[in-house]
Amino acid sequence: MFGKLTLAAIPFDKPIVISAVGGAVFLALVILGLITYYRKWTYLYHEWLTSLDHKKIGIMYIILALVMLVRGFSDAILMRSQQAVAAGGHLGFLAPDHFNQIFSAHGSIMIIFMAMPFLAGLMNIVVPQQIGARDVAFPFLNSVSLWLTAAGAMLIMVSLGVGEFSQAGWSGYTPLTEKAYSPGVGVDYWIWAFQIAGIGSTLTGINFLVTILKMRAPGMKPMHMPLFVWTAFFTSVLIVWAFPVLTVDLALVTLDRCLGMHFFTNDLGGNMMMYANLFWTWGHPEVYIVILPAFGVFSEVSATFSGKRLFGYRSLVYATAVITILSFSVWVHHFFTMGAGPNVNLFFGIATMLIAIPTGVKIFNWLFTMYRGRIQFTPPMYWTLGFIVTFTIGGAAGVLMAVPPADYVLHNSLFLIAHFHTMLIPGTLFGFLAGYYYWFPKAVGFRLQENWGIRAFWCWIIGFYLAFIPLYVLGFMGMPRRLQHYVNPAWHPYLLVAALGTALIGLGIVFLGVQLVVSIKERRALSDTTGDPWDGRTLEWLTASPPAAYNFPKIPVVEDIDAFMGMKEKDVAYRRPEQYSDIEIPKNVPHGLIIGAFAFLGGFAVIWYIWWLALVSALGILGTVIARSWDDDPHYLIPAAEVQRIEDERHRQLAAVAQRCPADAPASPEPVPGR
Amino acid sequence: MKRKKVFVLAALLSLGAIIFLGGCSTVVLFDPKGPIGEAERFVILAAIGLMLIVVIPVFFMAFWFPRKYRASNTASTYMPKWSYSGKIDFFMWAVPFAIVTVLAILAWTSTHALDPYKPIPSAHKPTNIQAISLNWKWLFIYPEQNIATVNQIAFPVNVPVSFKITSDTVMTSFFIPQLGSQMYAMAGMQTRLHLLADKPGVYTGQNQQISGVGFSDMYFKAHAVSRKEFQAWVQKIRQSPEKLDLNRYEQLAKPSAGYYPVTYFSGVKPGLFEDIVRKYDPTWKETPGTMSKSSASTPASTGVLGGK
Repeated sequence: MFGKLTLAAIPFDKPIVISAVGGAVFLALVILGLITYYRKWTYLYHEWLTSLDHKKIGIMYIILALVMLVRGFSDAILMRSQQAVAAGGHLGFLAPDHFNQIFSAHGSIMIIFMAMPFLAGLMNIVVPQQIGARDVAFPFLNSVSLWLTAAGAMLIMVSLGVGEFSQAGWSGYTPLTEKAYSPGVGVDYWIWAFQIAGIGSTLTGINFLVTILKMRAPGMKPMHMPLFVWTAFFTSVLIVWAFPVLTVDLALVTLDRCLGMHFFTNDLGGNMMMYANLFWTWGHPEVYIVILPAFGVFSEVSATFSGKRLFGYRSLVYATAVITILSFSVWVHHFFTMGAGPNVNLFFGIATMLIAIPTGVKIFNWLFTMYRGRIQFTPPMYWTLGFIVTFTIGGAAGVLMAVPPADYVLHNSLFLIAHFHTMLIPGTLFGFLAGYYYWFPKAVGFRLQENWGIRAFWCWIIGFYLAFIPLYVLGFMGMPRRLQHYVNPAWHPYLLVAALGTALIGLGIVFLGVQLVVSIKERRALSDTTGDPWDGRTLEWLTASPPAAYNFPKIPVVEDIDAFMGMKEKDVAYRRPEQYSDIEIPKNVPHGLIIGAFAFLGGFAVIWYIWWLALVSALGILGTVIARSWDDDPHYLIPAAEVQRIEDERHRQLAAVAQRCPADAPASPEPVPGR
Repeated sequence: MKRKKVFVLAALLSLGAIIFLGGCSTVVLFDPKGPIGEAERFVILAAIGLMLIVVIPVFFMAFWFPRKYRASNTASTYMPKWSYSGKIDFFMWAVPFAIVTVLAILAWTSTHALDPYKPIPSAHKPTNIQAISLNWKWLFIYPEQNIATVNQIAFPVNVPVSFKITSDTVMTSFFIPQLGSQMYAMAGMQTRLHLLADKPGVYTGQNQQISGVGFSDMYFKAHAVSRKEFQAWVQKIRQSPEKLDLNRYEQLAKPSAGYYPVTYFSGVKPGLFEDIVRKYDPTWKETPGTMSKSSASTPASTGVLGGK
């Protein structure tokens, strides 16, 4: 009836796990209780959970990403504390099987359930508006993607309390993940969380590829697209090319594990090296999947807050294209030490160095965007500057490791950990946090409080250097990654500093929370009535904040890059059309939510070998898709009169602002803070 | 902005400190004890030096531009429409390209010179050691001396050491940081590694790749000693009552808890290393200098050790 699942799967004997589970369950109950108390279930269901509106889907993605950021960071705290105490004979407070689960979960969560939803969320909120569209190409598919991602995240959360998570690292190298060496359900949780969320990501990639190719406003040629759209485009290309490889790779591991096949086993012709090749064929492009959208954010932010056109737009686009292509030719640098010949290693090493060229070009582009600008030091600008400096260090470390003989001694050391965190924290998270601040008013209608954002930034950046510079040193001191305990006393002081840095980053996360709470409290004072709080350059700032369901009452016509800035300069940005027409908008439907729920149940069932439930879930998904396909009328009409009413209200607000500060109507309502 | 400057300066200084205080014995990669490690240290320092050509100007611009062009400094030039300069664009692409070209040349020569499979030229015959990764300890076989050890090796200084590496468990990575390059150990395959110690001493070796719950305890000591001391060490092991036959091996190969104490075996079943490789790939034959995984899929393993 319940497959392998028994009460013994709940780790009552592990107080740390049980208290974490207890805390999470308690928090969930409090939230559910509050929703019930304020009778918000119907609102939540009709306005959010079933929504096909790309802006709302984007917000839900980002909420998921922030929740998972906290979860992934808790894992980081545990790892750093363990290594801070488990020195010279001490075994610390985490047993090896638990410690191994924690670093595996940390990597899996941060990549698949923090970075991926965050970028999907930003793309959802921003891309359609930046290209002057009313929605994505496939709004229903978008909802399916969201709920599949959430289902995967839910599986990882459940693994905390029911069973275990993988102990083989986020990259899950075979044969360690084979049944012979990992007989428990941990690896299955890892596989199915990745698979379900991975399908969601693939669908997101397809969706945005088509959206950007087919739904741009009239006149918007490719070379008129905002840089964020370009990076979203190339990220989508990478998703569509790379994710199927991961899906197949993990499917083969599943066949090995469930049906006793031998794709990657030690014996009977299995080839573990093939697993690593396939994993990194996805895994390296994946790095660029999460980094490119952040590059897009930095491009938007540096132009807007420098009050200046982006420098070298074409260079940036071509650099992104080159990165996209090259990202598929470097994967072997993840295992130069596997015994391949020097020429094989050199091919991939030199290809890796080549990627540094377009990446370096981008850095210079952002710097020269600031050159001869009028820079406002808003939090996104802080994140951007912090990124430029830090990412340059990380990039240099990466190029260093691209030289195979250097990698022979640095591979799998803490130097490697420091390197990729110096890429991914500034290159992804700083970018996303900049985007979060930058587009927050667009998504919800009020700005985030600035001071708390800057405080959070300082905690993050100082904490970052304290946490990761010691890891670079430890790499040179020969410390391998993923050690649960160690005997070398020389490593200990550095790990103490790293733990301190992690605590400071934790404070940064707390400050981001404070910022959110304070901003919600002060939302009236921070409200954005113009839709254009930063004197923006691209089309998303033409809409109201938050935008009406249809974004644009009339689809704008684009003539150049920085389309909105051009309109403002010609004084036609807020010109009203003669008359409005009816607008078709997709209806909200629950099918995406239902598919996500079945995917979660199905994943859980397969992990625990509850075959009847797996079958029911598969049929459930199929049935839901069929049911949806019978819906002949998936749209509803917003009548022209209603559009007229909404737009009248918007223009009344705009006029009120224009009266208050007539000089530069709807531009920045805030005095420019000089620092 | 001041605080940030301080921090980057601190970061740079600490990096500089590592490089210049390289003699400090705890920073092992900057204190190599053999030519391979030394060459790899040179590669690391040369690459860092080359990259500073780009990194330093970026740092400079990242502090100077925001400072100079801050919004409150209305005296600075403001060119909101300026968005392209062919000259800057050219240098933006050309300078990194030039550096990567030099780095690629460095990579080319060093990768060929430091190929772990390449024997180290020497007047002496190399010391041959077969390393087998087990859960969670290292077994070393000296085929010529017909001895074996667990978690300890010794070899004469200034004589090349030639490792043949395999695994009787998951994929692991064999690494003695102060001597240089690491190499994966994989079941059913043999990988090669050539190292040389030119200074006597005791160097820690370790597994660099997660391999399960006992991973942290999978380290060993490598003793680089004089020829005389090496002979004495071999003699000492020959006194050991323990012999490594199949039964004893199977017992040893079982997962162990905690650090496995150093163990000596005065005799080894002939061809044990090859048997362990063939346990997973019965068709395996040694082909020197290449990866040794046979491409053909193989029938059920009935190797000497009985498969799994």
